[in-house]
Amino acid sequence: MTPRLELRGISKSYPGVIANDDISLSVLPGEIHAVLGENGAGKSTLMKIIYGATPADRGQIVCDGKILPEHGPAISRELGIEMVYQHFALFESITVVENIALSMPGKMDLKRLAVRIRDVSERYGLPIDPDRLVLSLSVGERQRVEIVRCLLRQPKLLILDEPTSVLTPQAVRTLFKTLRQLAAEGCSILYISHKLDEVRELCHSATVLRGGKVTGETDPRQATSAELARMMVGSDLPEMTVDPSELSHLPLLAVNNLSMASETATGTSLKSVNLEAYGGEIVGIAGVSGNGQGELAAAISGEKITSAAEDIILEGRAVGHLNAGRRRDLGLGFVPEERLGRGAVPPYELSENALLTAHRLGMVKHGMANRRKARDFASAVIEKYKVKASGPNAKAHGLSGGNLQKFIMGREIELAPKVLLVSQPTWGVDVGAAAFVRQTLIDLSRSGKAVIVISEELEELFEICDRLYVICNGELSPPLYRAETNIEEVGLLMTGTGPTCAASEEQMESIRHAV
Amino acid sequence: MLFKIEPRAEPSRQMSIAAPLIATGLTIVVSSLFFLSLGYNPLVTLYTFFIEPLTTMNGISEWLLKASPLILIACGLAIGFRANVWNIGAEGQLIMGAIAATGVGLFAPWQDSPLLLPSMVIAGMLAGMAWAAVPAFLKDRMNTNEILVTLMLTYVATLILSYLVHGPWRDPDGYNFPQTALLPYNGMFEVFDYSYRLNTSIFFTVVVVAITWLFTERSFLGYKMSVGGVAPAAARFAGFNASASIWIGLLASGAAAGLAGMMEAAGPLGQLSPQISPGYGFAAIIVAFVGRLNALGIVLGGLLLSLLYLGGETVQMSLGLPSSIALIFQGMLLFFLLASNFLINFRIRKLAMRTA
Repeated sequence: MTPRLELRGISKSYPGVIANDDISLSVLPGEIHAVLGENGAGKSTLMKIIYGATPADRGQIVCDGKILPEHGPAISRELGIEMVYQHFALFESITVVENIALSMPGKMDLKRLAVRIRDVSERYGLPIDPDRLVLSLSVGERQRVEIVRCLLRQPKLLILDEPTSVLTPQAVRTLFKTLRQLAAEGCSILYISHKLDEVRELCHSATVLRGGKVTGETDPRQATSAELARMMVGSDLPEMTVDPSELSHLPLLAVNNLSMASETATGTSLKSVNLEAYGGEIVGIAGVSGNGQGELAAAISGEKITSAAEDIILEGRAVGHLNAGRRRDLGLGFVPEERLGRGAVPPYELSENALLTAHRLGMVKHGMANRRKARDFASAVIEKYKVKASGPNAKAHGLSGGNLQKFIMGREIELAPKVLLVSQPTWGVDVGAAAFVRQTLIDLSRSGKAVIVISEELEELFEICDRLYVICNGELSPPLYRAETNIEEVGLLMTGTGPTCAASEEQMESIRHAV
Repeated sequence: MLFKIEPRAEPSRQMSIAAPLIATGLTIVVSSLFFLSLGYNPLVTLYTFFIEPLTTMNGISEWLLKASPLILIACGLAIGFRANVWNIGAEGQLIMGAIAATGVGLFAPWQDSPLLLPSMVIAGMLAGMAWAAVPAFLKDRMNTNEILVTLMLTYVATLILSYLVHGPWRDPDGYNFPQTALLPYNGMFEVFDYSYRLNTSIFFTVVVVAITWLFTERSFLGYKMSVGGVAPAAARFAGFNASASIWIGLLASGAAAGLAGMMEAAGPLGQLSPQISPGYGFAAIIVAFVGRLNALGIVLGGLLLSLLYLGGETVQMSLGLPSSIALIFQGMLLFFLLASNFLINFRIRKLAMRTA
């Protein structure tokens, strides 16, 4: 059988990162093919290339046996490739049929279109009322509109990007039924996900990506979740060389039963999070991106004020009501995952960026900033933390990700924090700088400080952490001791298969109503 | 064909100095063609526009007199703009400043005291601040859009002014003209020379420029506000107070605009009339951006815009050019200036052809 779609050696790089590296895969007609991978593995880039939203640097796309000379969304539509994005593109103030009409070619005939919508939605078990306003629809119903919009064009290949991330378990079952029916009719489906149990339940084949490369091809119905997790997160764990250390008697930082509603529909609400970090240890927080890590980091750092002061305890003192600056005064350091625009001001010089948080080291006198002190401080950080920069006058956005990370980390450590929270410490950082950053964190914890690391890289967490928590859907697992756990157990907790992390129907309902 | 605008990684330092010169050159070339096509000698026209106004003492006096409020208001606005606080209603704050100052000047019981003028200065600034405090309060508490609120309040201020000069404050000896009585001698700024209108209020502008420079370039508070404007997430990360930025940004610009209104009333006009400002509050927005929100740049920008006003009048009077042509020329220069400013920091890239 000729494959419906075949990719040959697709590569794509963005400045500083290779998103796709020589990726090949093929999808047969009527096949449901999973593309599995952690966030940042290159899944979304690959789908955009297939749909034609982004051109590939190298490689060929073969559709029904013919090589595509050029590609674009319009060509995709001609070929019958349709895509349902993770974030929907619907206008809220108009009706379903009007929304769909906007994307249909030819003259608008709303009445006939409404009849066709009813037809298709009944045939595939996707009940929607074409005359309802989109703003009155739940997230699941909106997704149905998107899918029906694609089905009206009788697609030959349907791409779904993390389709179940916003659905209730019931809606997931309905969706799967629809997808199976579609596949039985000969439509190929590319199913992007990081949820292993879903992939094993639904898909006929799977391509696993890690770091932009294909790390495995397998039949998910035969493989175990543990095997898939291994392929996703990598199995070659480096040996840990972390000295034992003496823990403080009381936790330096404690998060007590913290619940925080998400501000946006796409965010994650935190649910009764409990966390303790003692002096002398590194505590890791593992999890797939978007499961509440950002919200937790903002709540601990003070960028987001929590509802009660007692939610966050720093050295026995309730600090939940204090902003990030006041918490820093009390010894809570923070290195955020976004270096440009959050940890540093991009167009400012390093000396000016030193002022951002290190101003409390006597750089302000009578309301005036002492530029010489800021410059001296920046120079000292550059030297001590081996930052490759032309000097304190270098602009922050001129530095590479790893060097800016070293600068920000150095700046925060020089403030002598008692607790340091670091989010994604080695994202986009080259191997050498990453090792330096990790060693710095280990040294800091071994000097009696508490270090909390939020990371999506399990290998990294296993290398440096003494204890691990896993965050999934806004809930934090009980702590796991590094010596007593393994990558499979953590991987399963991350992907929602573990015992602590079955998203309850009640929470899903509340998400639905929040929209 | 598709184009994309993206920020430059490292804006060139040489180009940022050369940009105003390139813009001026382009304006001269394009406007010469423009004047030629209309049958005017471009050399004579450009001379009349840029040089002739500055050949007389009176011309220089008028130049500085008009530049002074523009620079003053733009300095205040720049403090807010740097923090992403968009006060578009300096015109309204100027009017309220002029009203309050004139009210004190005309009706305060200490008419003969030398303290009359200082008390008018304070009244003008406070009135401007009060008018700007309304959008500050609304934005801080209810997250309203300050652009809309400040702009709308300008119309309210204009109507209050109109009511006062047509109604309760109208000069009884003023032949029914909509204007107040003249301010007493103690309530006026001293002129340098009785032949010219330039007065001592310009020292206020000089002081405000110095304070603005110190605040934006050297003070920690100014730094915090700029961080909030350039990278709001970084300000939150550092724990800088966003509502302080809103209040300071609006109050500073309100005070500067109120002072400018007071200086107009107690300077060249000497009374309150519906034409208290030829749009200084709005033109100052242009000045702030031409000066790239930098105190020294604002001085140059204010002098340039003031010269454009004067030159526009001169070519109308000497050469008989229609006022619309003078306006087109002014627009052309500002267009080239802002466009070259933009292109220093951004570049336009052509995207690959796609069959759409």
